[in-house]
Amino acid sequence: MKVELREITKIFGPVRANDHISYTFEPGCIYAILGENGAGKSTLMKILSGFQQPTSGEILIDGNPANIDSPNRAIEYGIGMLYQDPQDFAPLTVLENYMFGRGGSFILSRHEARKDLLECCRELGFSLNPGANVATLTVGERQQLEIARLLSLGVKVLILDEPTTGISAAQREQLFNTLKELAHNEDMTILLVTHKFRDVEELCDELIVLRKGELVGSAEMPCSTDAMVEMMFGKRLVGEPPPVVEKGDTVLTIKDLDVDARLFSIDDIDLKLNEGEVVGLAGLDGSGQVDFMRAIAGLNRPSFYDRIFSLRTLVLLWIIFSLLLNNSPTVMWMMIGAVTVLILVPMLYDFLVFRVVKTGSVEYLGQRAFGRGYRELLSKGMVFLPSGRLEEGLVSGLTVTQHFALSDRTWRPWVNWFEAQSKARDGIARFDVRGRPADPIQALSGGNQQRVALAMLPQDGRLLLLDNPTRGLDVESARRIWSLLLSRREQGTAIIFSSADLDEILDYSDRVLVFSSGKVTLVDDPSHLTTARLGELIGGKA
Amino acid sequence: MDPILIRTLADIVRNGAPLLIAGLGEMITERAGVVNLSLDGTILLAAMAAFAVALETSSIGLGIGAAMLVGMLIALIIIASSVFLRLDQIAVGFVLTLLAADLSTFVGRDYANLPGQQVEIPYAPVPVLKDIEFLGIGEIFFQHNLLIYFSVVLLFVVWAFIYHTRPGLQLRGLGEHPQAAYVRGIRVQFWRFVYVAIGGALVGLAGATYSLSIRLGWKENLTIGNGWIALAIVIFGGWRPFRVAFGVYLIVGLRALALELQKEATLNIPVQIINMTPWVLMLLTLMFVSSGFAEWLLRLIPERARPFFQGALRANPPAALGTNFEKE
Repeated sequence: MKVELREITKIFGPVRANDHISYTFEPGCIYAILGENGAGKSTLMKILSGFQQPTSGEILIDGNPANIDSPNRAIEYGIGMLYQDPQDFAPLTVLENYMFGRGGSFILSRHEARKDLLECCRELGFSLNPGANVATLTVGERQQLEIARLLSLGVKVLILDEPTTGISAAQREQLFNTLKELAHNEDMTILLVTHKFRDVEELCDELIVLRKGELVGSAEMPCSTDAMVEMMFGKRLVGEPPPVVEKGDTVLTIKDLDVDARLFSIDDIDLKLNEGEVVGLAGLDGSGQVDFMRAIAGLNRPSFYDRIFSLRTLVLLWIIFSLLLNNSPTVMWMMIGAVTVLILVPMLYDFLVFRVVKTGSVEYLGQRAFGRGYRELLSKGMVFLPSGRLEEGLVSGLTVTQHFALSDRTWRPWVNWFEAQSKARDGIARFDVRGRPADPIQALSGGNQQRVALAMLPQDGRLLLLDNPTRGLDVESARRIWSLLLSRREQGTAIIFSSADLDEILDYSDRVLVFSSGKVTLVDDPSHLTTARLGELIGGKA
Repeated sequence: MDPILIRTLADIVRNGAPLLIAGLGEMITERAGVVNLSLDGTILLAAMAAFAVALETSSIGLGIGAAMLVGMLIALIIIASSVFLRLDQIAVGFVLTLLAADLSTFVGRDYANLPGQQVEIPYAPVPVLKDIEFLGIGEIFFQHNLLIYFSVVLLFVVWAFIYHTRPGLQLRGLGEHPQAAYVRGIRVQFWRFVYVAIGGALVGLAGATYSLSIRLGWKENLTIGNGWIALAIVIFGGWRPFRVAFGVYLIVGLRALALELQKEATLNIPVQIINMTPWVLMLLTLMFVSSGFAEWLLRLIPERARPFFQGALRANPPAALGTNFEKE
């Protein structure tokens, strides 16, 4: 199916997100849509998939003008989109997700749909369990489900928005093989929105580049990375190797730490971190990198503690209740006994777990850190930066200045707005945030939010724990942020960071900790490690 | 079986009816992603409206219709103010609770406390089934009026609708991830209006059940508190029809027990304690399902049996509950 864009323009207030874009996508071809953050590639794809309507311009499908006014209409025209955040229903099963939004009888015919789904999966080479809850699937499997669903609806043009974020190397390879098969043998049109050059090199036949809403270039593969970078940014970036920094004293010592992750529990992690050192955590999403960092920062309690705590609450309530029912002395004694136990049990537990059973120890600056709260560790210079910006890291509704006032850790009860404002200005300048101190945080773009979050990190931090610090940022912004982070090492700051981007891990880490299905491997010298080898390690190949 | 026990069980089925109807109505509303917090006031106003209209027109049908209309209108105010004015559903619902309760007192003052003037939904025992002697089934289930039968039938209808029909699947998606439902061609706002209206009408029907069948007649604050109970039961029931029904009958059963125990002079448990029991139980259950304890228990259960127990032990609210849907 041939899709022709004619003079597509989309205006949001003063911003031209798409400016007179014209291009023709031919069937049987895989296209890459490249561009830095805010270049307008998502907007263009949303227009094509019916999520938004263009301000002006038209779309022609096989030469006929098409009025794509909703995602459903787009699917009727044969255009389906795989969104970056999976557009599925987590508590429903795979089969229910597959059936959702599909025509058919009033009564659900699960049996038939199951046959269809399995048939579809077999053709594509996916193995999905129709009865499984979608919440238990990996990001890659959720993508497979969505692709199977879209193809079964007769989609001829498939748009994928950053599909390789958060999936394993094996799943990525499978996805690419499927896409190639679909394009070259089934004559489908595939559009891949990405900012990863590696994806483009491995998969695509042609590429187009957007910059500030305009179509600035197109090329046929093979095309050198340098040429792509030049089209995207208008200039060539010169990557300089990070300066070598002398390693100082030990900042963090981890021994036999156990971590409960969403999918696995990981036993016996050992790590010794010195001043000025950077350790990258590689692995699939949810393999325990975040939980590891949160455990260090005292944000996750050891899992057993929670159980004890809930038991304790239950017992306490039972006692209050029984006291209400009866006021005999026996019950009184029982209560006194129980309360004593309730105080003793946690003490005993603390003693057993931290001293005797030894489920691990974390020492920070020579002191026991495990079991202490984040608040206390923060005052000693340990900082954790979550990846969910508006969910965990920032407060939606507050301005940039208010955020800086909030991160002020002095004891005075009033807010020094002048100081907060000057800090905000300073942070904005240093991290090149496109925004003003008075802007509410949610009005900034994702990349700029991340920059604000990084600018708020205290200057005296000794250990930075960063969860996906450059998630969603383009190459240029990421580079800038890393040069600022790395310059801190000279003051003796150590960094632990996780990233879904293997190149980033290899570029900036002194050592790499690989998380793979419940196992952790430490790679001491990543200089001879390639992304392919790292991908294998993540995939569990020793 | 003991005739007193049979009578008590029959009373439980009867008294559980309005709570079950209201609970299922609220469950449908919340499954669509909207919180209707106005239940307590709505039930009061609907009970008053049902009695007043039925008395004036001497038509039970019109009375019930009026009650359902009241419930539907209040529910539509909530969804409309959420969609068109971007108001918070919780805040609007709470204000409407108070407004509707006071309105029922004000409008219903001419109908309050009218002894002898009662309208009752006619008693309609089911022909053959009413005589089943076995375990007293005939008396427990089949010697009521139509509304009581309706409450039990509704339970099965709602269950079948939610889990076994195409629109039911869409309803579950509406409250879970409306964005994804939109991408799949569901008219999110339209269906939210529809389900909220249906849910509201059921809540209104619950009010009619009180004034036309269970408590007969109208007086100030006739049903006060029952709306909150229904709201709590929906959470207790984990937004699942049969667990909601379990919650309803548990609470009504404990109340019946309290009543029976009051008659026993030998027991020295204050009756207030037994009246409090449902709430303590509910708190404990909520604590149980939301703490890590339930998850830990689940891990002990063999893999095969796990899906069944997951449904029984977990209680996850619809993810988009109380949020306004916007395309972007």
